[in-house]
Parts: sequence; C-alpha cells; structure tokens
Amino acid sequence: MSDERPLQTNTGTVTPPSTELLVTLENAAKTRTSTWRRILRDPQAVGTLGILAVIFLLGLLTPWLAPHGPNDADLAMINAPVGTPGYLLGADEAGRDILSRLLHSINTAAISALIGAGVALVVGVIAGLIGGYFGTVTRATTEWLFNLIMTFPGILLLIILMPVTGGDYRFTMLIFGVLLSPGIYRIVRNLVLGVKNELYVDAARVSGLGNLRILGRHVLFVVRGPIIIAAAFLAGSAIAVQSGLAFLGVGSLQIPSFGSMISSGFRNLYIAPTQFLWPSLLLGVITASLVLLGNALRDILEGSMPKPAKVGRGQRVLDSAGEATAARTGLLEINDLAIAYPRPSGGLNEVVRGVDLSIARGQVVGLVGESGSGKSQTAFASLGVLPNEAVITRGSIRFDGRELVGLTDAQMRPLRGKEIAYIPQEPMSNLDPSYKVGAQLVEGVRSALGVTRAEATARVLALLERVGIADPKRTFDSYPHQISGGMAQRVLIAGAVASRPKLLIADEPTTALDVTVQAEILDLLRDLQSELDMAILLVTHNFGVVADLCDRIAVMQNGVIVESGTAAEVFAHPTHEYTKMLLGAILDESTVRTDPPVAITEEGTQR
Amino acid sequence: MLSYILRRLGAGIVLAILVTLITFLLLSTSFDDVAQSILGTGATPDVVAGLIEQKGWDRPVLVQYFDWLIHAVQGDFGVSVYTSLPVGPTVLQRLAVTLSIIVPALILTVIISVVLGVWSASRGGIVDRIAQGISLIGYIVPGLLLAIVLVVVFAVQLKWLPATGFTPFAEDPAAWVRSITIPVIVLTIGGVANMAAQVRGRMIDELRRDYIRTLRTRGSSTTSIVIKHALRNAASPALTVMSLEFIQMFGGALIIENVFALPGYGSFAFNASLQGDIPVIMGITAFGVLLVTVVNLLTDLANGWLNPKARVH
Amino acid sequence: MSLLEVDELRVSFPGKGWRKKPVEVLHGVSLSVAPGETLGLVGESGSGKTTIGRAVLGLVTPSGGDIRFDGTSIARISARDRRRLSRDIQVVFQDPYTSLNPSMTVGDILAEPLVIQGATAKDARSRVRTLLDQVGLPSDAIERLPREFSGGQRQRVAIARALAPEPRLIVCDEPVSALDLSTQARVLDLFVEIQRATGVAYLFVSHDLSVVRHISHRVAVLYRGDLVETGSAEHVTSSPDHPYTQKLLLAAPVADPARQRERRLERRRLMEAS
Repeated sequence: MSDERPLQTNTGTVTPPSTELLVTLENAAKTRTSTWRRILRDPQAVGTLGILAVIFLLGLLTPWLAPHGPNDADLAMINAPVGTPGYLLGADEAGRDILSRLLHSINTAAISALIGAGVALVVGVIAGLIGGYFGTVTRATTEWLFNLIMTFPGILLLIILMPVTGGDYRFTMLIFGVLLSPGIYRIVRNLVLGVKNELYVDAARVSGLGNLRILGRHVLFVVRGPIIIAAAFLAGSAIAVQSGLAFLGVGSLQIPSFGSMISSGFRNLYIAPTQFLWPSLLLGVITASLVLLGNALRDILEGSMPKPAKVGRGQRVLDSAGEATAARTGLLEINDLAIAYPRPSGGLNEVVRGVDLSIARGQVVGLVGESGSGKSQTAFASLGVLPNEAVITRGSIRFDGRELVGLTDAQMRPLRGKEIAYIPQEPMSNLDPSYKVGAQLVEGVRSALGVTRAEATARVLALLERVGIADPKRTFDSYPHQISGGMAQRVLIAGAVASRPKLLIADEPTTALDVTVQAEILDLLRDLQSELDMAILLVTHNFGVVADLCDRIAVMQNGVIVESGTAAEVFAHPTHEYTKMLLGAILDESTVRTDPPVAITEEGTQR
Repeated sequence: MLSYILRRLGAGIVLAILVTLITFLLLSTSFDDVAQSILGTGATPDVVAGLIEQKGWDRPVLVQYFDWLIHAVQGDFGVSVYTSLPVGPTVLQRLAVTLSIIVPALILTVIISVVLGVWSASRGGIVDRIAQGISLIGYIVPGLLLAIVLVVVFAVQLKWLPATGFTPFAEDPAAWVRSITIPVIVLTIGGVANMAAQVRGRMIDELRRDYIRTLRTRGSSTTSIVIKHALRNAASPALTVMSLEFIQMFGGALIIENVFALPGYGSFAFNASLQGDIPVIMGITAFGVLLVTVVNLLTDLANGWLNPKARVH
Repeated sequence: MSLLEVDELRVSFPGKGWRKKPVEVLHGVSLSVAPGETLGLVGESGSGKTTIGRAVLGLVTPSGGDIRFDGTSIARISARDRRRLSRDIQVVFQDPYTSLNPSMTVGDILAEPLVIQGATAKDARSRVRTLLDQVGLPSDAIERLPREFSGGQRQRVAIARALAPEPRLIVCDEPVSALDLSTQARVLDLFVEIQRATGVAYLFVSHDLSVVRHISHRVAVLYRGDLVETGSAEHVTSSPDHPYTQKLLLAAPVADPARQRERRLERRRLMEAS
C-alpha cells in the first residue's frame, strides 16, 4: 500500500519516508479470521464439543434408544449383572434397567444445565449492563442486591427452600440460576465499566448515539466472549449441583438423574460395583468436557494466559553473543548488540540489530529515536532486565571492562542499584503501591550499601531533601498514591543516586511530566551529574531535552544507530537523512498562523 | 475504624432480619404440610387444624415473625418441632462440627494454593505444569465422586481411616483427626483447584508490572521481590476469592456430611428442610447470614490492611 | 458574532469517598471562538483545559455559568437536542488507540455519524470515500480494522470521523500528543489544510506551546482552573504578559544547545525574580 502523498508544510515539502507502515499481510489476515473458524480449528474445543454433542444427541434419541422406561421395575431383575439380555449395563437395586436410566438422566442433566445456566446468564447480563452503564445510584442498588444474593451458601438455600419448591428440580435449578447470577453480573459490570470510559464510547456519544444504541453496538460486543466462556462453566456447575442434590435425595425420586443413580450405586457398592461406575463415568465425562471446553474457549477468545515470569533467571543469550569485536575503554561499551523476540509463527524477530554505543566516564549521552526504534530495549539490556522472551543474539555490553552479556541474575545484582542505576519513565507505576515511599527507598539503600536501617533512613531523608522535596519526612511517610507525579520522579531519582552510581540509565525520565516540572527535573539531573560525576545514558524522543543535557547524541532508527556525534555537531550539521528529517519535523518557534480565519465558503448552505 | 466495624455488623443484622423474613414468608405457605407430616397420613383435617391452632400457626404471618424475632434477639430461637430440642444451642453445636472441617480445609487450601501459585508464577517449568494439572483435575472431578472414591480406597479397602462418623475433639483428639481427614482432603482438593489458578494468575499479572522491574534495577533479591512485593499486592484480590471459597465450601460440606455421616450444619439443615421443621430452618438461616457477614467483614479488614488504597479513614 | 461562547464556566467533580465535598476544577472561565478560527487552549495537568472541551461536547455538566453556540445555550440541553447539535460540534481525541472501536471496520466507524443523522447507506458510502481522500488515506481502508493501522493513520481516521457531518466546530483534545515527532508535524498540517478548505473552527487543547503556536490564531492559557492570559497566538507564545505563561514558555527546551543554555539562565532569572 502506498504511503500518504507529500504534504505541504510551512518548512517546505517533506516527502514522508515509510515511518508509518501498514502491518504485514500475515498479521492482517490473522486479525480477520472469523471467531468461529478459530474455534473449529482448535482440537480441544472441537473434541469436547463433539463429545458433548454425541452425549446429548443420545439423550434426545432416548425415546427410541432406551429399551425400558426409566422407572420400569422388574423384581426378577434386581441387581442383574452387566450383559444380561435386555439389560445391557445391568439393573439396579429396584430392578430398573441402568442403560435406560442413564439415557434419561442425560436429559435431566441437559435441562438442568439449560435452566441453571440460562437463568444465570439472562439475569446476570441484563443486570450487569444496567449496573455498569447507568449512573451511580442505579449501580449502588444492583450492587447491593447482588451482594445479597452472593452471601448465600447456594446449596444450603436450595435445601432450605425445598418445602417451597416441592422438590421439582426445574424450579430448584431456576433458583440456582439466580444464585449463580452474581458472578456473571460482576463480569459483565466490570466489562461495561471498562468500556464505558473508553474514548470511542465518548466519541459515539458526541456523534449523537443514544444510550441503547451504544449499549448494543459498542458495549455488548465486548461482553460476548466472556459470556460464552462463562456459559460452559455454568452448565458444568448446574449439572454438578443438580447431581449433588439428587444424591442427597432432594427432589422427586421419580426423576432419573446421575445423582440418584450414584446414590443407589453407592449403597450397592459391594454387591455390584459396576452400578456405581456407569453414572459416575458419564457424569465425569460431561463435567470434564464442559470445563475443558470452557478453558479452550477462553484461550481462543481471550488469548492464552500469559506465561510465568521467571524472575530469577538471567537474560536469554545465544552462544554467539558475548564477544566484543573491538576493544575500547569507555565506561559503557556496547558493541554490535542484537536483541530479538520470538515470533508467534516461529523464528526470531530482531528489534535491535547491531548497535554500537560508547559512554565515557562522566559523560552524558542521549539515545534518541521514535517509538519502535529499540532505544529502551538497549537500555534494559544494559541492566539485564529485558523481558523473559527476549534473546540477545549477538554482541557485547562491557561495563568498566567487564562483560555483562551472559551474566546470571545473581551476578548482575551487585552491580544494579550500586554502580549502574535506573530511573523509569512513568513514576507512579514504578513504585509499589502497598508500601510507604520511605520504606521502599530504605530497602533499596540497604540492599545496595548494606547499612543498618537507622543509617539508611538518615541517608534517605538527606537524599529526599537533596532532590528538592519540600517536606522530606512527610514524603517519607506517604504512600505512592498520596504524592504527585513530579514528587514521585524525584523520589525515584533519589533512590537511584543513593549509592553514587557510575552510570545512570534514564529512560524518558521527563516524558510523563508537565513541562514546568520537566524543567526542574532536568535541572536536578544536571546538578547531580556534576556533583557525582556520573555518566548518564539518556533515552528520549525529545530533542530539546537532549540539547539541554547531553554531551553526545546517538540517533536510532529501526534497531540501528544511524548517526552519532557531539551534540553541537549533530544539531548543527546532521549527516543522515533520518536525523535531518527528525530535526526538520520539530515545530519551528517562529512559525505562526498568518492566514486569517475563513468562514464557511460552501455555496450558501444554510444551517 | 470501630464505627466502621459496628456499621458493618449492624448491616449484617439488618440483612439477617430481611433474609429470615423472606424465608419465613416462603415457609408460611407450607404450614399445612408440616402439620400433616407431624401427625402422620392418617390424621383428619380437624386434627390437623387443631394442631395448627395449638402451635399458633394460624396467626397473621407478620405477627408470627415478629414473635420469633423478639425471642431471637434475646437468644431464644425456639425449639424443634420434631425433637423439642432448643434450636440455638443445637445449631451452634452442629456449626462447630462443620467448621471443624471447613476451617482446616481452608487453611490448608490457602497454604497450598499460595505455595503452588507463587512457585508456578515465578519459576514456571515442571511445577507450573503439575500445578495446572492438579487444578484441572480438581475442577473436572465433582467433589461428590472424589469423596466416594476416597472413601472406597482409604476407608473400605485399606481401612486406614473411618468411613463414617465423627468423634468430637474433646472426646478423643486422635480419633477426631482421623474422622475429619478424608472430608478435609476432599474440600481441600476442590479449593486448591480454584485458588491455586487464581493466585498463579494474579502473581503473573503482578510480576509483569513496571515497579517489579524497577525493584530489580535497584538490586533487590528475587525472594524479596516475589514475596514481599508481588505477593503482597496480588494477595488483595486473592482474599476476596478466599471468602467466596469459604462460602462455597459450606455447600460442598453438605454433601460430604451426607457421604460421611457427619452431624454437621448442612445435614441438620437438610433434615430440617425435609421435615419442614420451621423453627430450626429459621435458626439455621439467621446464623448462616450472620456467619457470612462476619467472614466478609474479616476479609474487608484484611484487605484494608494489605492494600492502603482500600483503607477506610 | 462568535461561534462558541463560554461564559463564566464552572465545573465541579464529586469528592472521593462518602460525603466528601465536591472539587471545583474550573473557577469561572470565559472565552470565545469565532467562525473558522483556531483557539488554542494551553495548560498543564490540573489546569482544566480538557474539562472545558468535554463540557462543550456535553460529556460533562457544568455546575455554573453557560456555554453558547451560535447564540443558543447548550450547557444543559436534552439528549435529543444534543444529537442535533452533533451535526455542528465534533471531536478528535488524544489517544488514537482507544478512540476507535476496535471491532468495527474503518468504513463502519466513519459511516456511523452519518447514518445517525439519517443518511442512506449509499450516500454514506460515497461520503466515506470523500472523507478518506480528504485525510489522505487509501480507499481500501474502508474494509480494514483499526488495529491494522499506525497511530498517525488512526488519528486521520478520527479526523475523518469528526469531519463526516460537516461540523462548524471541532474540539481537538491533545490530538497529536500521542504521536511520534515526524507524524505530529504532518497531522498538524492536515488540521490546517482542512480548516482552510472547509472553514471549520477548532477549540484546540494542548499542553505543548509549540504545537498550539503552529495551529492557533488566538491562544488562551489556563492555570489550575483559571484563565490567566488570552491574546493573539503570536503575542502569547513569543512575548507573553503573564508570569505563568512566561514560565511555561521558557520551561520547554529547544533543540539548540547554545540557545537552550541561554534560556536556562533566563528561566533561572525569572524564578529568582518572582
């Protein structure tokens, strides 16, 4: 697909390079495969659906398949063994044909599932849509109501209400459905709340869409998947509970069900163990299939669950990595570094493709690039905190002469926080919300410097003051959600410089902050840098920040460094096309709108 | 803080009143049937009417209810229609038996789930797969079947544990432990199936958060990160699961009490319901709601302690 | 006569928790937008700039003051009137990833506002093609889902959606803040081009002075719910009167090391002076 045509800007015609690409055909095709097709292709889903379909088909065909009625008792056939002619699976303690009862029980189970799951879904979905979408008063009412329902131990209630239901299992299942609905209500309500605040719902409202249309068009769609999944689990629950109740003898004894069959089989366990076997097996298969079906549907519709995090592992490294091709003597020497991620279809996809970077002691280097350039990945690799899936395929990272690629997590730990420090982009999400700010800093200081708690506390308070926090004690005793973004960033900076690190890696440290706060943080970083003679690797997309702080610049595009040099050089005389393009895209200070406002010029269209 | 607790307890009492009122209204439709079953099928309508009058069941429903309520708040829950035993003490005794199964099961569930969940989430590998397998099996096999299978294997075939019956702790501690072993195992397996997967899921989510990575860059040890930080934050949603689990176990305990012939809360409710023993049913309901209120309150308090943002100030 | 007039607007949000006092985020702000003009609304977080935009769009109810469009009050109108108003007032949001329904095709997204106003499917279809052309997207985008496009392209779709009913005013809520540098410039130019071609007015909200300068005729500066300065774009963004605006101006670093050093000194001087 072609890129957009060149647009006239105030700085001259700029032909856009392909920094905006449509996603590859492979991905596009995948996103368009219909949901049904994906379900039909999954072996677990198809298998369990098949089993369930066969079983319930047998149930439907019972009138033609069953040799006897479910309650036809023949005293001569009591406890007949398996294979008795006319009684294929034997007969029970009352002389009833087990096969026939089994087939009829399937129908009982199916109806239980339909009523129980159906009622739960209808009540839960409608209430969830209402409770989630409409105002706080409505929501509070539905909340209270469903909390009420949820506090009942279900089975107990069903039993207590036996005099009322009269033992009719369909009525019981209806009540059970209502008892199950809070779970559905909660799921739907949370989904609706999430969607309600999405911008596209706002946009729909601005376009004039009424509430009902919004619910139907935009909200209901999101709810579809989880409902289908829940239906499978609910059906399993309903069948299990109905069996349990029947086992206990609740309800009419005339209705054949797995529970009652298991109960009589249990009683005759020594006389004829197979009587217990058949209903248990069938019940087990049905429940198992429903659960496995639910799991398979969840994987398909919601994506597979994320894999375990494996915190203590080092970074994955290919054997070919860890060799430096050139010997250099900077504090941090990155040489031909390549980082790749596994593709869903197999193989590796390189996001960093051979990066060379050098930082001398006390030097501030800016690593500039747009999103997707790989700059953050390079920074994480230097700390050894890439995600588990990442693989370093080649290259070396040397810190103070020591090779970092291939070190285990235990070997990296003494360096982290002590000689190499890090400040993140988003201050709030990088503090543990459950602990006070002071406690978190003290923990970091203690693990880096090994001092006593009292000593660490004193240092932390001094640091908080140094980074410009007005009331250090108060901030020390606050939780992260009680302080502002700017203060949080200062806290993180304090934590990072506590051990006087040789190298500070700053990942877009001011991007998430207001511009006035940004200026203050930049001042702070500059002061700290000169006081501690720290080297800084500053990852950013903002050239102004680079001009403010950095001695050298490296420009990164698509996983490689395309240009590097001193800040003065690169700003004044950029050599690479990409650098020129980026610098050219910076909004000019002198450009102002000179054309006056134009009123609508349509051919006299009146509104 | 104190006012919060009192408010919640107060709300629980209001809830209990509401629930028992609804229950009584529903049960009041069956006075005739109950009277009939007390007297037997041979009783004539006159005799039945006489019994109804004698018991005061012909009074207006609301009057009967308030009568019950006034006595209840003084601690008098009436007597069983069939056994004439006082309801209050009997319910408490039966509750103690059920709790003596559920509480150990819950404790074991939590410990096992947390260990499995944390290990799976932070180490992955074989343990993760085993844990997921256990979860799956626990989900798939209905507790009913599991209970029966275990009884057959351990009590009947191997004769290691008693198949039925309950020995109170006061009587013989060792026998008490043996009598609750299989029931507790059954409840625990079901509970772990549910909780371990939840803990694992929440831990995985938590371990992917930004602040975990930042903690790593400060050189914190893996143990500290996983347990002190990730688990603490993941625990809050897991607590809610625990309180739900408690309530669910009550339902599961019922079937177990039946299979193992344990004189617990569930079987008490079951029999009372079959017989239409209304005072007993009312007592069971009232205590049930109050118990759930207390459990929810404790969960909320624990949640507030763990999660500063959720605190009530 | 102004197209949009905001008159002593006050907005309060409920306080957190039970029975807490409401928090006022706008303390009586007045401004106006003329037909075909761009008014840049600049401020930092907590200034209330986004809230003004949302109030104009009817997503937030004012607690005091009035908003008038073409002379008629629109601050507290019924849902039906709001629907009619949506022909004249539209919006482009900040986040290109969540402002388009991920399950609808681009064609459906663009057709929706037209269909609501009563257009036939055929008319809607041809108008969608014109819109795509206007924002520089290929016509086969009609069958594609939003996730197949980059951030900048999605923002173009959002702009096309806003243009669909031929509005007279578009509220732009930080529309380029989430885009890459190179894309920002191009999308901004698209905004200017569209204004010149159709005469639509913009209420352009941004935290970035340089962005605002590029596109606005006039600029209003907000600080903590109060309007501190209004004037021509040239004046406010180069030689502002109010100390806060001056501080804002000097705080943004420029891509020239030597000049940035000078600005730093100037900013320090300004801080010491106050």
